[in-house]
Amino acid sequence: MKHEQAMERRGFLKATVGAASLVALAGCDKLTQSSWFPSILHKAEGLTERAQRAVTPASAMAKEYEEGDISNVFPANGNTDPGTEEYAVMVKNDFADWQVLIDGLVTTPTMFSLGAIKEMPARTQITRHDCVEGWSAIGKWTGVPLGDLLRKVEPLPTAKYAVFYCADIDDEGLSYYESMAVADCFHPQTILAYELNDKTLDISHGAPLRLRFERQLGYKQAKYVERIELVESLADIGGGKGGYWEDQGYEWYAGI
Amino acid sequence: MTPTLHVDPLVPETMPVTSAPPVDQPSTAPGEWVAGQDSPEERIYRHPLPVRIGHWLNVVCLFILIMSGLQIFNAHPALYWGDRSDRDRTLLSIRAVKSDEGQVNGITTILGHPFDTTGVLGYSSNSARAFPAWATVPSAKWLAMGRQWHLFFAWLFVINGLLFAAYAFISRHFTEDLLPTGRDLKTIPQAVKDHLRLCHPKGDEAKRYNVLQKLAYIGVLFGLAPLIVLTGLTMSPTIDTAFPWLLTIFGGRQAARTIHFIACFSFVGFIIIHVAQVMLTGFFNNIRSMVTGYFVVRHEGVK
Repeated sequence: MKHEQAMERRGFLKATVGAASLVALAGCDKLTQSSWFPSILHKAEGLTERAQRAVTPASAMAKEYEEGDISNVFPANGNTDPGTEEYAVMVKNDFADWQVLIDGLVTTPTMFSLGAIKEMPARTQITRHDCVEGWSAIGKWTGVPLGDLLRKVEPLPTAKYAVFYCADIDDEGLSYYESMAVADCFHPQTILAYELNDKTLDISHGAPLRLRFERQLGYKQAKYVERIELVESLADIGGGKGGYWEDQGYEWYAGI
Repeated sequence: MTPTLHVDPLVPETMPVTSAPPVDQPSTAPGEWVAGQDSPEERIYRHPLPVRIGHWLNVVCLFILIMSGLQIFNAHPALYWGDRSDRDRTLLSIRAVKSDEGQVNGITTILGHPFDTTGVLGYSSNSARAFPAWATVPSAKWLAMGRQWHLFFAWLFVINGLLFAAYAFISRHFTEDLLPTGRDLKTIPQAVKDHLRLCHPKGDEAKRYNVLQKLAYIGVLFGLAPLIVLTGLTMSPTIDTAFPWLLTIFGGRQAARTIHFIACFSFVGFIIIHVAQVMLTGFFNNIRSMVTGYFVVRHEGVK
């Protein structure tokens, strides 16, 4: 008799634990949908940024790999072709007319032609690209250090962010854009790349120019860059969160 | 066989456990005998407040971290070794595969061996997803929100863990309660036998952790927990820049992701055994001791 009761009790406990986790799960979904809870979760991003910046010297270099480490296939994620008429014209012309405008909080706003950018001293780096989804690919990137370009336009002291406007538009007509701290633009590994694995950048990987911001996740590596604006605040741009994916709930600080 | 205290024939049906005086009444000080019982009880103060707070925070953190982690895993449900994720060299992958007849199956491939896991892994509730909705936070496919949950509770888990570690060393909880003694280690074979027979320590022996308990707690607190945090950090490109040796010791970013995943399921295994033991050795007594601190030990054959 006692034994049966014990069995009953054990069944009851199991059911209780099971039911409790289902309730907890439903509770998590409720919290996710609430107006206040996600903003609490979001506070972790500020802590992560402060902590990571504190332990990472500004000059620390992302690991650079050997030729033999390069991925056979470098996946092309996100938009793989801007698909606009303007872009098609550029493709037809082999991007000969591509220009990048750097303006905003700078002393001398300047339009750089692709040709002029390619004539500047280049940097080549074999680095790992970490997608927010979880995969990693290693590629060899060649491009111009962004710091070299910015030094030509002389950012004003008030400039806090560099905003990258891209030629690609998603299915709903939203333009891709990204942003990063101006300080990070001057890191030696931050480049505007025009070659991947010794070949001219192809369309799916962001031709003719894409950002390489090593040390942060893949969605920060804006493709099809056509304008860089230096600003003091991100609030009035796009959805106000600093980037296409950021406006959809991803962290602006994508160090992890 | 009497595997639990509840079925012990010496225990009155009225559950004297719950009739013990409330904590704030010092009528039964810790360590005192409770008089008037056939099987004398001793109420001891087992878990100090910092341990109890740390424990329940860990319950919340692990619940959220495991399930939001599975949400994140679902965004790229495959594991690799090394730094790269070469799609033709997966250690594990979970996919939805459509047959020629149009039927969709969930296929889990481990080291090249495919298994049909339809209904749980790969394809569940008419949806192509690696882990099913009931195992992820949030339940819907939502990587951005899964990351927000995961990274917030990861901070809580780390801060809680560091505070606990500091407490354990300063208060000597570590050396006095957790670290196995030389004598403990000699009892391992007997303890393993007892555990397999579901015979749990009673009386004075139940006042302290047994050797397997000590090893399990030390292994989880000072082995598994740091491992899962460090492999998690190794997935961060910024942290890899600051501490490149992390990539070296774990064998690359994708290897770290794989170890992180294995460590996660080691936690799941620990939790299952831990909860089972809690149930087998007196669920209410155990739960109460982790809530109020007080644990009741029964002494058999003593009057």
